[in-house]
Amino acid sequence: MILEQTHDCRDAFAEELVRLARADDRIVAVCNDSVGSSKLTGFAKEFPDRLINVGIAEQDMVGIGAGLANAGLVPFVCGAATFLTARALEQIKADVAYSLANVKLCGMSPGLSYGALGPTHHSTEDLSWLRAIADLPVVVPADPAQTRAAIQWAAEMVGPVFLRIGRFPVPDVSPQGGAAFTYGRATRLREGVDATIVATGTLVSRALEAAELLAEHGVQARVVNMSTISPLDREEIMAAARQTGAIVTAEEAVPTGGLGAAVAEVVLETRPVPMRLLGPRTFAPTGGTEFLLEHFGLTADGIARSALEVLGLDHA
Amino acid sequence: MRPSETTITAAVGGAAGTAAPPARRVTGLLPDHDAIAEWRRLRERLAHADRPATAAALVALAGGIRRTVISTITGAGLGHTGGDLSVTDILTTLYGAVLRVDPANPDWPDRDRLILSKGHCSVALYTTLATCGFFSAEQLSTFAAPMSPLNGHPSRRAVPGIETSTGPLGHGLPVGVGVAVGLALRKSAARTVVVLGDGELQEGSNWEAAMTAGHRRLSSLTAVVDRNGLQQGARTSATNDLEPLADKWRAFGWEAVEVDGHDHLALLDAVTAPHGAGRPRCVIARTVKGRGVSFMEDRVEWHHKVPDAEQARLALEELR
Repeated sequence: MILEQTHDCRDAFAEELVRLARADDRIVAVCNDSVGSSKLTGFAKEFPDRLINVGIAEQDMVGIGAGLANAGLVPFVCGAATFLTARALEQIKADVAYSLANVKLCGMSPGLSYGALGPTHHSTEDLSWLRAIADLPVVVPADPAQTRAAIQWAAEMVGPVFLRIGRFPVPDVSPQGGAAFTYGRATRLREGVDATIVATGTLVSRALEAAELLAEHGVQARVVNMSTISPLDREEIMAAARQTGAIVTAEEAVPTGGLGAAVAEVVLETRPVPMRLLGPRTFAPTGGTEFLLEHFGLTADGIARSALEVLGLDHA
Repeated sequence: MRPSETTITAAVGGAAGTAAPPARRVTGLLPDHDAIAEWRRLRERLAHADRPATAAALVALAGGIRRTVISTITGAGLGHTGGDLSVTDILTTLYGAVLRVDPANPDWPDRDRLILSKGHCSVALYTTLATCGFFSAEQLSTFAAPMSPLNGHPSRRAVPGIETSTGPLGHGLPVGVGVAVGLALRKSAARTVVVLGDGELQEGSNWEAAMTAGHRRLSSLTAVVDRNGLQQGARTSATNDLEPLADKWRAFGWEAVEVDGHDHLALLDAVTAPHGAGRPRCVIARTVKGRGVSFMEDRVEWHHKVPDAEQARLALEELR
């Protein structure tokens, strides 16, 4: 299918950060003993003074990020998404969002990407609790091109943001030409009139595959890459509801509060249509990421099946 | 400075496409140029004053701030009276004689930073900032009123002179460490002072930050602990004892000194003495909660009790 070559988005993140840091000496990186897993080895080599590794201390890390921003720097605060967001949630709320600090929070290896390391290491709740914080944009790039564009946007924009940087290998999904990422705007990757699949991050390529499977059943599914989870592209959601009449959401995060809930809120407030919200709803059993994605139905098959269900075609 | 320079509307929630996320302060508070001029004259005078004259000027300044604290809290029906009165002399000394700030240009990049980590003592800080002219003292009467920028806890987005929003405890020191690291990277000579409550030292985040500051030898960083010995519900010693407190800081690579936190000259010496070989400094300021009002002093119930009209009258009389 479309998946010849896959990428770890952390590599694109790391390369882009170094590239930007060469041109802007305000850019610094902050991490929690995660130089390797945040892919900051190259940054550390080139800018040893501009990498602030605070050790295993996430509350300290986020507070320090806010302080660096106060001093006029542009900190990219990097850590495994679950530790960054869960351990330091109050710092993210008070020191970063409520203080409007110019901090770029980078949640590395999110979702189920730590696989068999287990639910303690999975970051499946981050979208829910960060989306609840006012004035904190939440951005989930789906491939390397989006990752680069989002990092670039984050560096230029003055204000806080959370960037969810994927680890699980994904293929390129961004269309050639045009901006790979526009803040607050979804990208429509495939036209369709029968249903819409709204996906984010790892699930975008799987949504595209699902649309091909659905086409074999005579269902023309639209595919939307929702790379900004907050603020949500309401117009694109309303168009999906109005023009296709059914919506399936898919994310590597709990739909209770995540992308699924975000889309459902708009649909409910504007034009209710049948929906299915796909994502893990329990702590994961033991298994690698690919296994867990299958376990939770987060595959092309699983998404296609849900689309048929929502259309009442599952018994056809 | 025109408000537009620090003000743009925070356009969020449903904003999409070309909309930028919120970035800057939104405030109705403007510098009070008369107050600024008066504060600058005081600073100029103290720069050349002898020690008795310095002490007398700071005592007078602190007295005025305490009286305003009482009337502001009484008027609002809300506030943390005891802690406001224990931290007053610390804030008075810092803003009256130490910090290089510019109330007319609160975002001056090379300003010294003060972070009040014990954000619940906002009224003491607001009053001190107004005394310096960051905004008009008339605004203090809006404290805690609907839509006032002067919230129960200080917000960076609303109040000029506030470096980071505080309120949840254990947040100020990590931010202060980040400021000190950042200023050093920028080769700025500005210093960073974090004022901490003693009870809040029970929050582990302080010790994460203390460890980082010691490790990075942040000699431009000073922590001042308002050591009044009481927390919301009881004595710190009865709740989760902090002693030996100075030794704890030293063990984290800091210099630590203990002073009378109501003796302005002792505070001044403690915060201005040169730091020893690349060490951050902790000044443990021994204070009395409710200082200056006999019936509030060292009494736990005055943590966030609000004086009634008669108590306010008596307090103001004692503070005259």
